[in-house]
Amino acid sequence: MEEKKISGKEYWTLFRTMFTLSAFTFGGGYVIVSLMKQAFVDRLGWLDDDEMLNLVAIAQSSPGAVAVNGAMLVGDKVGGIRGAALSIIATVLPPFIILSIISMFYAQFRSNRYVNAFLTGMQPAIAAVIASVVVDLGSKIFKAKKLTFILVMFLAFFANYWMKMNIIIILALCAIVGGTYAVIEKKKGGARNAIN
Amino acid sequence: MQLIDLFFCFLQIGALSFGGGYAALPLIQEQVVNLNHWMTLTQFTDLISIAEMTPGPIAVNSATFVGIHLHGLLGALVATLGVLIPSVIFVGILGYLYKKYKTMYLLQGVLTGLRPAVVAMIGSAGVTIFLLAIFGTTTFHFNPLAAIIFALAFIVLRWKNLNPIMILLLSGVLGGGIYMALGIL
Repeated sequence: MEEKKISGKEYWTLFRTMFTLSAFTFGGGYVIVSLMKQAFVDRLGWLDDDEMLNLVAIAQSSPGAVAVNGAMLVGDKVGGIRGAALSIIATVLPPFIILSIISMFYAQFRSNRYVNAFLTGMQPAIAAVIASVVVDLGSKIFKAKKLTFILVMFLAFFANYWMKMNIIIILALCAIVGGTYAVIEKKKGGARNAIN
Repeated sequence: MQLIDLFFCFLQIGALSFGGGYAALPLIQEQVVNLNHWMTLTQFTDLISIAEMTPGPIAVNSATFVGIHLHGLLGALVATLGVLIPSVIFVGILGYLYKKYKTMYLLQGVLTGLRPAVVAMIGSAGVTIFLLAIFGTTTFHFNPLAAIIFALAFIVLRWKNLNPIMILLLSGVLGGGIYMALGIL
């Protein structure tokens, strides 16, 4: 990991953004990853779509919480080791604080009908955020116009959603397809160069 | 002694939970309920409901919950640290390799193969949440209010550059308010 020089103000923006994302992200790692894309690619413009997907792929290939892994990678990309450390702390603090408090008042919290109604009301909006991110990222794959990878996307969805296949196996297979594709392309390019 | 056990228990959970989210649950159950008997199955079910209702990764939530349950705030700190360390090590190594070999055509190819897979995983999580929101879990009947909120939120997201967290909060207050007014919840 390299040191990057970003201003103190940008470190604060990084910390604040990660903290807010973590504090309001209900549901699994993909929800927070979708929100990170919204914040760091669309709003702040610190990363581009492809880079974000690469980082998510790495976050997904490592053990542990996807949210923490993703935050660490985005933080490192933006602000080096300090950025990574800040992002991890910002991501872990909200659930740590909230869980500490809730562990003490669990019974009351669970039966609170306001809390229950609020969380139920939020579900469709979470689905909308993810849908919007999928439209953004998926249209990128379509626009690249490589049938292989459009197929990979649909097969991976099928394997994950319907077959409930282990994610590591899906990622490994897709990595092999991508690597093989690159090798074949290079050989083709090489052959063409030889003829010319 | 228990603090050390707690640390290594969550270190294992952190190191072995691939795929994030609910993939970690069976591991946590195995460690906390079956092996160490730190919690009953009922307490563990409670933990899952809490994790569902609160923000944050399920592994971090569990570490804090189990840690406090066993050893107060210090326990929570130790368990959380344990669950984070494998992440930091693995992500650090993979992130380093990514930066070092980013321009290599083979790695580029591998990443080109991984990107559509990641879109598919996000889409798959999205479909699950969509079905839960619009049709519910147990009874599977259509909820028109949820469908309207979904459509509105989607339109606002696509055409206005509003912070999505605002949309989430708004939807929670509005949707939740209507549910309560109608006496559904």
